[in-house]
Amino acid sequence: MNRLIQSLGTPLSLSHSRREFLRDAAGLVLGSAMMASSPLLRGEAVRKKRKVIVITFGGGARDQETFAPEGQQNIPHLLHELIPQSSFFSHVTNRGILGHYVATASLATGVYETLNNFAAVPPQHPTVFEYFRRDLNRPARDVWVVAPSNGFNRIGESECRSYGAGAAVILPKHLLAAAQPGGMKLDHLLRDNYENPLFTPHLRGGEFELQQLDRILSLSVEDFIAHARTLSSPDELSVYIAIRLMQQEAPSLLWITMHDIDVAHSGAYSLYIDGIRRTDRLCAQMWRAVQDNPEYAGTTTMFILPDFGRDADYDAGGNGFQHHRTGDAASRTTWMMALGAGVRPGVIYDDPMQSIDLVPSLGAILGFSPAQSQGKPIRELV
Amino acid sequence: MQPRDLNAERFGAYPPQARSFAVAHMDTLRQLPLALLPSVLREVILYDVLFPAERSTIDKQVSALAAMDQRQLSDCVHGFAQISLSRELEDFDWINHPAQFLERQSAWLWSTHQLDTFRAAANEYSSHLEAVMRVEAPAVRRLGIAVVGQGVSSWNEPLFGNLRRQGTWFNRIKSDNGLRLLLDATAQRAREHSAPYAHWYIDGGAAADYDAAVTTVSWSALEPLRTGLLRRMQKQIERPGMGPEQLNTWLAQLTPAELGIDGPADPVLARFQVSLFTEGSGTQIFSTTFAQWATREVLRRAQALTVLARYAPRQRQRPMNELLSDVTSTAPELDPAGSLVDADMAAWYHWVNQQRLPGYQQSAFIAWFENHDQAVAIGPTIPRGTESDSPLDLGQLVALVTG
Repeated sequence: MNRLIQSLGTPLSLSHSRREFLRDAAGLVLGSAMMASSPLLRGEAVRKKRKVIVITFGGGARDQETFAPEGQQNIPHLLHELIPQSSFFSHVTNRGILGHYVATASLATGVYETLNNFAAVPPQHPTVFEYFRRDLNRPARDVWVVAPSNGFNRIGESECRSYGAGAAVILPKHLLAAAQPGGMKLDHLLRDNYENPLFTPHLRGGEFELQQLDRILSLSVEDFIAHARTLSSPDELSVYIAIRLMQQEAPSLLWITMHDIDVAHSGAYSLYIDGIRRTDRLCAQMWRAVQDNPEYAGTTTMFILPDFGRDADYDAGGNGFQHHRTGDAASRTTWMMALGAGVRPGVIYDDPMQSIDLVPSLGAILGFSPAQSQGKPIRELV
Repeated sequence: MQPRDLNAERFGAYPPQARSFAVAHMDTLRQLPLALLPSVLREVILYDVLFPAERSTIDKQVSALAAMDQRQLSDCVHGFAQISLSRELEDFDWINHPAQFLERQSAWLWSTHQLDTFRAAANEYSSHLEAVMRVEAPAVRRLGIAVVGQGVSSWNEPLFGNLRRQGTWFNRIKSDNGLRLLLDATAQRAREHSAPYAHWYIDGGAAADYDAAVTTVSWSALEPLRTGLLRRMQKQIERPGMGPEQLNTWLAQLTPAELGIDGPADPVLARFQVSLFTEGSGTQIFSTTFAQWATREVLRRAQALTVLARYAPRQRQRPMNELLSDVTSTAPELDPAGSLVDADMAAWYHWVNQQRLPGYQQSAFIAWFENHDQAVAIGPTIPRGTESDSPLDLGQLVALVTG
């Protein structure tokens, strides 16, 4: 075995390469050189107005196609528009199961969930949405999840006693399935599990979804379909729905899970790159929507983070970018950016953190207590 | 059931050579932890249809284990012995269904946070075996050739970025008759260094004329197998309760006979062809993925001495707006530009997989933009990270990297 290729891709080297690249390319400074206290504003009045948007940059992108020098061409919006406004955390580790549903559920609970990635089951621990609603006495309309696929329809709330009132989940493809005239060939569009690129579940869009269109999004079926016809992917549809939700409901906690990138499981590298470039553009589109909406501008903190990475080229157990099955450093080590209200812009933090640290950090920002989370609040954010 | 309970009758359902192998090495197999043994049996049960290189590897592996004294063996498999398995896994019929056991074991390891422990155990096991197993250098310098970009008349983006750092970029290649020269060079190596399944030509489209000495698989030739499998998969997907995991399990159990290949002239090759579609992800849809995966598997399993992989345009992935606007089903269009990007990455993986094999220090590699004057060449005597304007044809380039 070639020793040269074995020596690459440790978590530390991945983190450092991100840091060095961002220092050079985007002019960011190291957080360790700055004062430790957070610039986040505190106080009840501020917290009540505070809004948080979480975007998972999914499903699974590697450094070499994003923050490594050779990947920068794929993320112009993150690099030139968002990162200069962000605190960037260069060393985020996911120590859990690397399946998209279970990993996203872990992000949302602050606990490494062990549920079946392919089953429609709720998280085993309370979600951030339940903590938020119960502790802050918020109504259902104040928290929403927009998720890509069938499998995510239970992510909004756990079955834990004393919790259980969480977020409603909008599945844009369900809306589409409910609204589309019969007989359309949607093929891969309705595929919601790229782990097997041939698997297309039967979506049962129906009356409930059409009610969501009408009552919540104030969209006619005709307008929805007409707009969907201008979009190229499911994630574009998700962002369209999310922005519509912001306009109609102005939720304080909005969670959007992207998934286009996971087309990588089909083995077509160009489609994987297309997915990264699209997600990069959509993240910037979301941030512009925040700035353009008076309910959100100036009061919103937005988090962008992948659920995890993908396998390294050099791990013999995998097939490079195609999957996230080896559990190697490239598939477990990722990043997070925070931008907007209360975030110090233009700073890189490279202290190790875990993906389950997000929920306690959101708790500190919004003022709820994530009692069962096993993560720790991120010092630089609280 | 535990490995210590194994006896010859337990292997009654194995094919003849597999059964003989298992019975002959019963004492060794009994001493392996359950977290490891099904990984070995997954190879053993297929012994009758393994490539010679795979047989040699499993022979050497089990012989090396048998030659260890108790302490050495204990050290070698120590990590696996620490893995905690569920009662359900212990009760599973891992003798006759080792691949399915491994699927379940994988899910168990993830859910119990033992995957990293398992990875460490596997690395430790490999290190111990590498230390005692004799690694033979290949009979001839290994050669990989990737031909990319069919159907692309011009391309302004950089090509072979990863590979260029490993070798020399040639920008005045004489492209006339290039594919024929590469096929002839492959055939010549196959005749001069004849060995079963040692020299391959993989084509992501229709194969060009090739020498019978070269083992060949192509997307076009396997079209009936692929479309037949897709029809069967669609039926499975429509069954109530079918999910991705169940579909993968079903795929893994398919045999050539079930897919209409009865009494093949070459059962080893037939089984390999089926596995390309049942074990690969996306190989059933995209020809570029098919060619990349086939190349990877030929290197990993057959440890081929020569692999010429040619990429053809795959079908285009249609965007959502097209799907919503078009109620008619149209024939798939091709995506030559996207396929070139796919194949560029696939060529890199071709080289990476070749470097995992014995003799990697001496191996040679060429990636050529088909019908264009650009190629990258890698070999022990080829300078790295440089550029050359030497006007070579493809035959001369092969001679340069293998000389």
